[in-house]
Amino acid sequence: MSAIENVSRRRFLTGGIVAAGALVLGVRYYSKLSPGAKLPQDTNADHATLHPSVYLGIEPDGTVWIVASRSEMGTTSRTTLPLVVADELDADWKRVKIEQAIGDKRYGDQNTDGSHSIRSFYDAMRQAGATARFMLIQAAAKQWGVPATVCETDLHVVVHRATNRTARYGELASAAAKLPVPSREELKLKPKTAWRYIGKGEVSYDLEALVTGKAIYGMDAHVEGMVYASVERPPVLGGKVKSYDDKEALKVAGVHQTVAIDPFTPPPAFQPLGGIAVIADNTWAALQGRKKLSITWDNGPNETYNSDAYKNELRESAHKPCKVVRTIGDVDAVFANGGKTFEADYYVPLLAHAAMEPLVALAEFKDGKATVWAPTQNPQGAQEIVARELGIPKEDVVCHVTLLGGGFGRKSKPDYVAEAAVLSKKVGRPVKVVWTREDDIKFDYYNAVASMYMKATLGSGGKPTAWLQRSVFPPIPSIFDVNAVYGDPNHLQQGWTDIPYDLPNLRVENGPAKAHVRIGWLRSVANIYHGFAIQSFTDELAHATGRDPLEYLLDLIGAPRTIDFKGVDYPNYGATLEAYPWETGRLRHVTEMVAEKYGWGRRKHGKGTGVGIAAHKSFLTYVATIVEVEVNDQGEVRIPRVDMALDAGLVVNPEATRAQFQGAAVFGTSVARSGQITATKGAIDQSNFQDYPVARINEAPAQTNVYIVDSDAPPAGVGEPGVPPFIAALCNAIFAATGKRVRDLPITNYGLS
Amino acid sequence: MIQLKVNGVEQSFNGDPEMPLLWYVRDILGLTGSKFGCGVGLCGACTVLVNGQATRSCVAAMRDVAGKEVTTIEGLEKNGLHPVQKAWMQINVPQCGYCQVGQIMQAVALLNSKKKPTDHEIDEAMAGNICRCGTYQRIREAIKTAAEQMA
Repeated sequence: MSAIENVSRRRFLTGGIVAAGALVLGVRYYSKLSPGAKLPQDTNADHATLHPSVYLGIEPDGTVWIVASRSEMGTTSRTTLPLVVADELDADWKRVKIEQAIGDKRYGDQNTDGSHSIRSFYDAMRQAGATARFMLIQAAAKQWGVPATVCETDLHVVVHRATNRTARYGELASAAAKLPVPSREELKLKPKTAWRYIGKGEVSYDLEALVTGKAIYGMDAHVEGMVYASVERPPVLGGKVKSYDDKEALKVAGVHQTVAIDPFTPPPAFQPLGGIAVIADNTWAALQGRKKLSITWDNGPNETYNSDAYKNELRESAHKPCKVVRTIGDVDAVFANGGKTFEADYYVPLLAHAAMEPLVALAEFKDGKATVWAPTQNPQGAQEIVARELGIPKEDVVCHVTLLGGGFGRKSKPDYVAEAAVLSKKVGRPVKVVWTREDDIKFDYYNAVASMYMKATLGSGGKPTAWLQRSVFPPIPSIFDVNAVYGDPNHLQQGWTDIPYDLPNLRVENGPAKAHVRIGWLRSVANIYHGFAIQSFTDELAHATGRDPLEYLLDLIGAPRTIDFKGVDYPNYGATLEAYPWETGRLRHVTEMVAEKYGWGRRKHGKGTGVGIAAHKSFLTYVATIVEVEVNDQGEVRIPRVDMALDAGLVVNPEATRAQFQGAAVFGTSVARSGQITATKGAIDQSNFQDYPVARINEAPAQTNVYIVDSDAPPAGVGEPGVPPFIAALCNAIFAATGKRVRDLPITNYGLS
Repeated sequence: MIQLKVNGVEQSFNGDPEMPLLWYVRDILGLTGSKFGCGVGLCGACTVLVNGQATRSCVAAMRDVAGKEVTTIEGLEKNGLHPVQKAWMQINVPQCGYCQVGQIMQAVALLNSKKKPTDHEIDEAMAGNICRCGTYQRIREAIKTAAEQMA
């Protein structure tokens, strides 16, 4: 996190020569680089009269510039974080203008993933707003000759009540800019009772642009003289071009040339995959030319990979003792004594992101420097890989962040941005690389395929006396280290080592799996398969012992307590356990809350209908979900109603949070109904929405009700936590309706659709 | 030479007659409101109106729209916002927003043919338009809101 510094003078150092280089919504400000020029790093906030923070600037006319340093992919963080600044500033939201930051380490972490934009930047945003408010108050007090302590703020003005004097922020900006920037200790943050926006929320700053088609996504970026590229990539990860013939491709009207992109040197990380690019006047010509390429591939060692056989290998691994990652008591001793024991295997296949905007990036390499425009979750990561691929310093790469047409984690991996930059260097012109949907699905960083083995012995009342769980999945670190086969703590923590049940004997294990495709973060990540296994197994045990699933789940969660992670490598999503302890009482509370709101046990369910429940904490947010299903004789599953209760601590933007959880139900529906990527001889079998279907309006839950716990605990994530419990609750509901237990996703494996 | 009208303006095109309308409006006319999502008519992000009918512009060849009137989001409403756009804002439908232009064009076509669609009719008409963020519940609500306002 960058500290607040007085950066007012900074622009003089950088020369202040370049106009705002950012892509501003609806208006395209593209600065062209001239030789020897400094790179365009400045924002309007930097140039504003009062500029006490990198995130904020105030103009004499009262305009407040707020810099959105995180990427906007639909979670509304581009609006919600500035809203926090505006609240602490006591600013009029109508006079706020948001500008999107380029990739720049002065903003701290910009990788918009892991559901932590609000959590990690809430304090920084408050501090930025409070700093400016402090300085404006000081300036007014000085002007009026009264102590600052008797001055306060109202909407966009400083007020001295005793004399009924007011001064507008704009008119104070210049005087305030001459004052020293206060330290953190001098700042007095607004009390909750004085909040204008926090907890009330706002619609997206970009709402009108989004419904009028004026919003600029990466797909819409444009610079003069640019050409379009479409790339035929090696069908198998690590493959290479053996030979190619582009004669027919070059005959297509509008095609300029073809360009070979070098294969990557393992590990893949964020490097381009290699292949042959067709460069053309427009997207269509590039796509047509690409179809005419004739390429012979050397597929390399991953050609032996078949996902069916791999599934069996994972399952076999999960049946053998694995690496122990958490243990309580002695499960083996209990298992040795026999008793009522249950076992089950669960499986979740590879999943693709399939954001609505396929990957795309525009790059211009000129005079040894690169400028890129991309829908990226990770602009600093894009700078790094572009610099590495081009052999130039990171400081010579400017990454403009457009709006993202969805991200879900895929757009935190900037391989596509590097591809555009490499091509621009080779072609000598700005190049926009457009991925097709087929490219997007075949060359993803997939959510890991995972096999989970569960075993429990039940004591009196059906409560487990011993619980063993093993997961085996190719880990995300394999993209950075080809030898990485075990889950890392960052992903083992996701719904696995943090199993919250009150168990006398517990062992959590993880087994090895080698990756043959690129594995990456996808909305909710390892929580998807871990949550599915634990919450399905819980439901199975409830039914096996004749207990009500809700009551059984609450029994396992047990009495409110704080989980002790002594001896467990538990990163807690990067937060401290002091600030964010794992409190089972909060999971219990959302479970009771959702049951109460839904009317669990009080509603009648006819033939072919059923309800399921699941509770899961992820990204520091506690969620419980109830799903109601109707399954007809053809096995078609309808979801008339979903209820979700969540405790995410302080919720800055409840409206956006409700939207995220409604969306999570749909995302979870896609995972459960049809989410499946498979591979044959190393190549991905799926290609577009006909074979990688995602939920449509008639397949998605008809109504999702979201209940938010009113909490003063520090803010936690909202983008991802809705997905994991939904998937298990849906499958539990399907069992209740049909008696079919879904252990291997997707549900199509069970004749359901 | 292909002649057509886009948002009320006469245009002529002498490129590849097989080029889909989507790439013509985006790359050649610079009207980027219509989006590329799948390229095969499966997602609806590219939906425009051709002679008033909702059409997947990614699979409509230029030769097939010769002599026709194309309306993209940029030409949907001359003055201000169309009632469907207003309803989309009122219900706060979009998340990432990428599919929403296609959703809106599809909804406009639906409401032009059915003044007061039922839930089932909405689902049928909108089933070709994917929203990966999952805003369907709000899309349904916004269409009903727009229907009331247009009545």
